[in-house]
Formats: sequence, C-alpha cells, structure tokens
Amino acid sequence: MLDIVVSISLVAVVLSMIGIVYRVIKGPTTPDRVIALDSLGIGLISVIGLISILMRTSVFLEVILLLGILAFIGTVAFSKYLEKGEIIQRDRDK
Amino acid sequence: MTGISDFIIVFFVAVGAFFSVVTAIGLIRLPDIYSRTHAASKSATLGVMCILIGTLIFFFTEEGLFNSRVVLGIFFVLITAPVGGHLIARASYSSGVKLWEKSIQDDLANKEEYEEKNRKINAEKNQIKKEGS
Repeated sequence: MLDIVVSISLVAVVLSMIGIVYRVIKGPTTPDRVIALDSLGIGLISVIGLISILMRTSVFLEVILLLGILAFIGTVAFSKYLEKGEIIQRDRDK
Repeated sequence: MTGISDFIIVFFVAVGAFFSVVTAIGLIRLPDIYSRTHAASKSATLGVMCILIGTLIFFFTEEGLFNSRVVLGIFFVLITAPVGGHLIARASYSSGVKLWEKSIQDDLANKEEYEEKNRKINAEKNQIKKEGS
C-alpha cells in the first residue's frame, strides 16, 4: 500500500511541477517567473523525499537541505536585484 | 509489513501531494502576482512539510533513528519559504507591477507621500536638536 500511494503522490507532484513550468515560461512579469522557480525548487524537495521513501535509502537526504538553501538564496538575490538593481549593497542609506 | 506507521506515512504523503497540486492550480489560475504569492508560499510550504514529515516517520520506523537532516530540512523550509514569498511580493510592488484590476484595496498606494512626511518631521527634529546644542 505504501509503495502504491507514494508512487501516485510522486506522479501528482511531478505533474504539478509541470504546471508550474507553464507559469515560468508564460508569466507576464519577472516576479511571476521568480516565484514559480521558487515553488519549482520546493517541488523538487518533495520529489526527493518521495524518491528516498521509494528506494528505501537515506543517502539522498542531504540534497533536501542543499536545494532548500539554493532556492531561498536564489529568491532573495532576485528580489534584491528587482528592488534596487544591485545584489550586494554597499551604502545602507540608498 | 503493514503497521500503523504505514497508515500515518500514507496520510502525510497524500496530504502533501494534495497541497502540491493545490499550489500548481493556484499558480496557474490566480490573476496577479500578489495573489499567486499566497499559493506559492502557504500551500507549497504546507505540502512539502507534510511530505517531509512522512519521510521522517518512514525512516524512523525503517532504520530506528531520528534523521536529523530531514528535521533540519523541515525547519529550513518552514522558515525560508514564507520569507521568500514576502520578499518577492515587496520587490514586485516597488518595481511597479500592477495589481489586478478588481483588487479593492492598496495599502501601499500613498507610501511616497507618507515617507516624505516622515522625512520632513525627522528633519525638523534634527534641526531642533542642532539648535539646542
């Protein structure tokens, strides 16, 4: 039962990621694309959790941490770029 | 082996997959960036957290140890995903993305005016302080 439900959930999550890719491609503005990419990274995290249940190994679990950090840093960098035009701020008063 | 733990894992994984599908539907169907932020930050966080809790319980029953990497992943996603959603919504407002035309309230509409007023008040305060000293 576990394997069947986990497989069905894996298919559902991957299909929802394909739906998010539609928003990445079409999204009318840049923030739409950024937020869709963020949710794509979160979807990848859940795919990796489900795959490690299916394969019964715990060796993929570092990837969860790494993907979470990368998705967050990417979103923060993009939002700083959109807001100010520079990613690393030197003058704090601007 | 089908124990009670399997039912718990199945419940969490199914709920997580459901919320992932809800995220995708929200991102595709909602009208503007500010409402899409809700779908991407709330339901995506809940979905991935449910799936990771299922993974945590699975490895707890399979290997008999509490996997600290999954716990760290859960906490990290819980902290960072809403923060990312908030940051990108704020950045999109200040880069000039329009609201949906049926939105009824824009709390940041007179932000410039308000900041100008604050700046004037602060300048007056500084002036008084300088004269006093």
